[in-house]
Amino acid sequence: MTKKNSYFSNYFHKNGRALGSIGYFILLMAIFFIGAPEAWIRPNLHQSVFVMMPTLIFLTIPLVFLVASGEIDLSFASTYAVAAYVFALLVKNGVDPAICFVLGVLTGAVIGALVGTLIVVFRLSSLVASLGVLFLLRGVILLLTKSRSITIMEVENHWIYPLLVGNFYGFPMQIFWAAIFVIFCYYFFNKHVFGIHIQHVGDNSVSAEQMGINVNAVKIKAFMFVGIGSAIGGIFTTMITYTFFPTQGFGYLLLALAAVFVGGTPYWGGLGTIIGAVFGVGIIAYMEIGIIAIGWSGEWRQFFNGLIILLALLGHRLHGERVR
Amino acid sequence: MENIIELNKVTKRFGGITALNQASLTVTKGEVVGLIGDNGAGKSTLIKTLVGVYNPDEGDILIRGKKVNNWNALKARESGIETVFQDRALTPQQSIVKNIFMGKELRYPFGFIKEKEQIFEANRLIREIGFTSKLINAESPVGNLSGGERQGVAIARAIYNNAELIVLDEPTNNLSLNETQKVFDFVLNVKKSNRSVLFIGHNIYHVYDISDRFVILDRGEVVHQLQKNEISTPEELMKIMRETIKTH
Repeated sequence: MTKKNSYFSNYFHKNGRALGSIGYFILLMAIFFIGAPEAWIRPNLHQSVFVMMPTLIFLTIPLVFLVASGEIDLSFASTYAVAAYVFALLVKNGVDPAICFVLGVLTGAVIGALVGTLIVVFRLSSLVASLGVLFLLRGVILLLTKSRSITIMEVENHWIYPLLVGNFYGFPMQIFWAAIFVIFCYYFFNKHVFGIHIQHVGDNSVSAEQMGINVNAVKIKAFMFVGIGSAIGGIFTTMITYTFFPTQGFGYLLLALAAVFVGGTPYWGGLGTIIGAVFGVGIIAYMEIGIIAIGWSGEWRQFFNGLIILLALLGHRLHGERVR
Repeated sequence: MENIIELNKVTKRFGGITALNQASLTVTKGEVVGLIGDNGAGKSTLIKTLVGVYNPDEGDILIRGKKVNNWNALKARESGIETVFQDRALTPQQSIVKNIFMGKELRYPFGFIKEKEQIFEANRLIREIGFTSKLINAESPVGNLSGGERQGVAIARAIYNNAELIVLDEPTNNLSLNETQKVFDFVLNVKKSNRSVLFIGHNIYHVYDISDRFVILDRGEVVHQLQKNEISTPEELMKIMRETIKTH
């Protein structure tokens, strides 16, 4: 082999997973286009995808960090609702919505840190422990709200509303925030000590510890980041709909997890791709809306979501086994 | 002679098992110390305590004569001690450059990484250590490398940080003759630059060849220490080791 080949093989090692999910995305778009060209060129279909995508991005991208660190979190779907509840309750009580936003995000960070500490310090299985927290927090919300929703029409008159979720020449503002978030996370994951340490820890935590990396601190920070992302997603959704409702976020649980894996991040830790995850979110979001748009019944949606997850796993396998 | 590191009556227990019992060990500047002992003698525990992976239950650790508290792996590296661990301490899915700078990345303010500088330095290091294959460069994943090449990456990491003391835990295990010779050359180079090496091995011939001083460990205790000029052959060292262990 020549030097050129080594360049390509390194490039493929670095970007192959992201390219895979881009490939799936293009394939999906082509199928929908061929299936229903007239529905596909209608802008309102894409508009409704764009409304859904930002929330899913705030949930999915931090999960890439966490999965790359070798852990998983299911409780984010409830953290999403707790942060939104704190936000809505404070707004309802006349607190300045900007302060409510900050406090809501802080709530997410605190919950993330607690979940992370619980799992790391007591060496619990993150899958099972976060499943427990998922139900526990949801239970707390249902008890506190007595299953009633909170309407907050008053946010519309505050400057934070047009800034965060307003309309900018026909585009919802949250798209821009999500885009900034993606760019930030790309650098945070690939070019920052935080992301690099996450990859080392998820790859081989014993090696990372021997080289002086504080493995527990890295993992707890990753859980916190998931908490922050889900809080932002929850508060944005509450603002868009002017309503907090107690079951909020549950529907995103499996979609966000699916987007991580469809997006090309393998389940075994050490690797992850932010760009891939964005396309993973695109695949999942279009799947939710596209199937109905091309005139198939909604029952097909879950079938295809399942199919695409399995295809993504096969893709991981084809890209290569985990090296040790 | 200046002491780089000194372990003073260090005890380490795991549950009910005492892995290290009042063990003392000193490494001075510019010397190569060979640590020998049977399997289970506590060699690995001793060096893991020395380099901060384990925290001792009793006893003191002194760096250049000063006692340190809350000894850990990061502090050890910051005090100029680098380790080539038995398992190499690599992350195989990551690139060579990321492995070389693991835990000690070159940083801009706010924690962003000087990627270009790291790649440049890593390419220089892997040529220095003798990687000649055109297939391998700093961005190749470590998982694609052979055992000897992985050892090379671990050694490159120790060199880069200009350590005053390099700890080599079983560095010649699973290596070819050629690769073993490379490790020896490396140790001699370090010694020439007036830095120190702590060499752990169970091949007594390897340890004999390159060490200035020998420390014999048995059941968690340092049972005997001798200078190279006190003996003349590796067989003699082997005999002394057997006898001290028998009478211990």
